Parts: sequence; structure tokens; C-alpha cells
Amino acid sequence: MAHHDFHMPVSEAQVRALKVGDTVTLHGTLFGIRDATQIHMFDHGRKTHFDMKGHAVIHTAPNVKKMPVSNEYPAGYASICIGTTTSARMERFSRPLMEQYGVRLIIGKGGLGRESQKAFADLGGAYLAIIGGTAALETTWITAIEEVDLDDLNPESLWRFAIKGFGPLLVAMDSHGGSSYDRVMKAAEGRKAAALAAMGVKA
Amino acid sequence: MKLHVDPQAVEEAAKLLYIRALKVLPDDIKQGFTRLDAGEGDSTARTILATMIENIAVAERTDNLLCQDTGIPIYNVVIGCDVEVDGAALKAAIRRGVERATREHPLRSSIVHPITRKNDQSSTGRLVPVINIDFDEAPSTLRLEMIPKGSGSENGSFLRMLIPADGLDGIKRFVIDCVMQAGGKVCPPTIVGVGVGGTSDLCMHLAKVAATRPLGSACPDPEGEKLEKMLAGAVNSLGIGPQGLGGDSTAFAVHVETAATHITMNPVAVNIQCHSARRATATFTPTGIEIGF
Repeated sequence: MAHHDFHMPVSEAQVRALKVGDTVTLHGTLFGIRDATQIHMFDHGRKTHFDMKGHAVIHTAPNVKKMPVSNEYPAGYASICIGTTTSARMERFSRPLMEQYGVRLIIGKGGLGRESQKAFADLGGAYLAIIGGTAALETTWITAIEEVDLDDLNPESLWRFAIKGFGPLLVAMDSHGGSSYDRVMKAAEGRKAAALAAMGVKA
Repeated sequence: MKLHVDPQAVEEAAKLLYIRALKVLPDDIKQGFTRLDAGEGDSTARTILATMIENIAVAERTDNLLCQDTGIPIYNVVIGCDVEVDGAALKAAIRRGVERATREHPLRSSIVHPITRKNDQSSTGRLVPVINIDFDEAPSTLRLEMIPKGSGSENGSFLRMLIPADGLDGIKRFVIDCVMQAGGKVCPPTIVGVGVGGTSDLCMHLAKVAATRPLGSACPDPEGEKLEKMLAGAVNSLGIGPQGLGGDSTAFAVHVETAATHITMNPVAVNIQCHSARRATATFTPTGIEIGF
């Protein structure tokens, strides 16, 4: 159960060193990505000019306020509230994100499925769990919205955030086949019969 | 005394309630966190609960939204006796309140057209905000309740048209299967809302009513109330825990609502509310407007 401080971007070796149960705090840069962003990138053939090689993406669509462009608001947006969303909907985009853009870390809530787990093993990636519904706190870890792409999809644009001490996040899926979600659901399957019996449900 | 409700006051209240609901959790939910925290045996789960509790304080201290998801705006209107209100004007006023909250705060518009997926940045669209209107016997009172229903938990919605031969056992089994299928995706700890009986649409609506009821409230049907306690024990014995990462705190509660049904039918529905179980109300009376939960 080690703690890792990552100054983004990171190498494959750094990500392969992560084990389920470790914690990670990110520094520097973080990209925000969402359903529509990835549908447009991978189903509609749109491209981004962002270099996401070795970077982390968070499944998010933030609350922002339009501002005049300045040093403080280089993209013309102020952060209001930035958190995460349920990752499972974006399962089929994990591999293309890693293969085509070199993304190494995916941050979200609720976990990803088998295809992502396999992509993490094949390509060297990991899933970091952030706590859903605690966006007021997480917003304090973001220092600026630096740049935005595919902004016609707002709020599901592709965002580049400047971050300071983004975490601790929990390594919930690693590149060695480990998944906290699988472990918990396997245990729940094992407890299901007893839960039903306690309610008098006949087997 | 007759209560006359001014649509302009409804618009202001609809706007205020949307923003307030997104920022301040009701006391019953805060107490629910305290209760879960005290009974949680898993160390990761305790850390997660502590972060959720900290977030509630950060949101209040920084006057910020609890969660980034501004949800689907739902307004429940309950009109008492001796109330004079123009229904069409009331609905239009609620919609304007939602649009203004979105533009003036500003809030993320989470609403898109279901086919084109176009977001017009107003948090409104065809038939959204959802507006439910009901009546009761409260004298000279109109109650406006706002619920910004988060999508992660709303995607944890299930309906099964069971048959009479499936019995109550079928209902219990279905609820457990739904909670397991939802896992961590619905942002546990949750309130699991269960609708039993009615038609398919009424059953689903009852599940939503159940999921958004205050903690500590009981099903008005004693048969439903018996089921609530039993199901809550079973759900929390699964070990899914906060965020689906393990622990005892899978649900604050299981709430059940019932309606009579047909001799051939045994419908059951599940609708889940996430831990950011947000609500806000405005109660209009002849002496003024009271804001609460």
C-alpha cells in the first residue's frame, strides 16, 4: 500500500509499479473528458490537438463560468464545480484513448469493466478511484482551466486543467489484473444467498 | 383564508430552490452520514465516508455545489385547500426559474435533446423540468419541492413486471439483484427506492417517490414498512460499501412505496438516490414563503 506522487506526464514503468490499494496524488496537468467527447473522437472521427501522452484523464463535465481571457483564465473559463461521473458508460473508449493518445491513467467513480482491465494490462495503465459526489472538495485541487478543445460539446468539451495536489486517489484497477470492484462484487455474490435466506426467500 | 399564489414568486422560488438544493444537504441526510460512519467497520469505507462528510462542509463554507452533476430538475407541487393558482402559469414559472438559475449562477446544463443530443445550455427541454402536481388537504398551503436528480443514480433504475406466482420472494430477489447490478456506479451509500404494485409507469414513479423521501420517514402502508427494514438489512449485508469499494454502508435505507395492482400483476421497480441526496422546498402560506427541506 504505497503512496505515489506523480508529476504529469508519467512513464509506463511508473504506472506498472501501481498496485490495487496504493494511493496516488497528481501534480501539474489533468485532462477532463466525457461521453460526448469520446463519442465524437472515436465514433465521429474528430481529433484533438492536445498531447495526452503519459497523462491522466478524469471522467468529468464541469460547471464553469465564462470569463474574459486573462492570465488567470487562459481558456476564458473559471472553475465553479468540478467532480467526476460514473465511468462504466465510457468503458469502450479506454483502449482507443490509450492506443491512439497514449493516456496512462483514467480517473472516475464506480470502476471500469473487463475490456479496460485488459487494456491496462496490455498497454500499461491504471484506474484511479476518486470519490463521486465530493466535487466541492475536488474543485479546490484545480488551480485553472488552461485550455479547452472540442468546445462545441460544452460542458462535454475536452478540458486541460492545471492541478495542485490532486488526490489522494485510490488505485482501484491496476495493470496486473487487480480490481477492487471485482473483489467486492465477488464477495457480494458469495453473501447473496445468506442475504436472501435472512429475508425468508426460498432458494 | 384563501391563498393566492403569484407566478413571479414561484419563479423566484424555483430558481432559489434549484441552487440551494445543489449546495446544502438536508439535515436527515447529514444525520444519515453520522449514523453510517459510527457503524462502519471497513477502514477504506470510513475514509470515504469522512471525505463525503468533509465535502458537505466544504460546499457550505465555499458556497459551492456539493456535486458537479446538476441533475435532471424535478419539481413536486402539492396544492392544498383554498389555494388559487393558475396551473399553466405555475408550470411556466418553474421552467423560467430553472433557466434563470442555470444562466445567472451559472450552473452546468445537464439536459440534452434525447435524439440530437443537443444541449441548449438552459437545463430545460421537452417536458423538462419534470413537474409533478398533486393535491392534499393542508389549508391554504402550496408546497414546492425541488429535486436535482443525479444521473449516476438515475441510471440505476429498473422495472420488472413480475407475475403473482413470483410472490413477495420475487420482489425481494429483484431488489437484491438490482443493488448488485448497480454496484458502485450509483454512488453509494444510497437510498434504494422500491415501488411495488400499480401499473408499470406508476410503479416506476413510486420507486422515485421512495428514493427521494427523507431518511427516517416510513412507508404509509404498514406492509411496505415491514419490507423496508428487511430489505435494508439484506442490502447492507452484501458488503458493496461506499463507492462500491467494500464496507457495511451500501445504503442509508431502503424505502418502499406501494399501490394496489391487478390480479394478474406483481410489478416491482427500483430507483436509486445517490449519497448526495439533495432536496429543497418552499412552502407558500398566507403569511409568507418558508424555505426548508
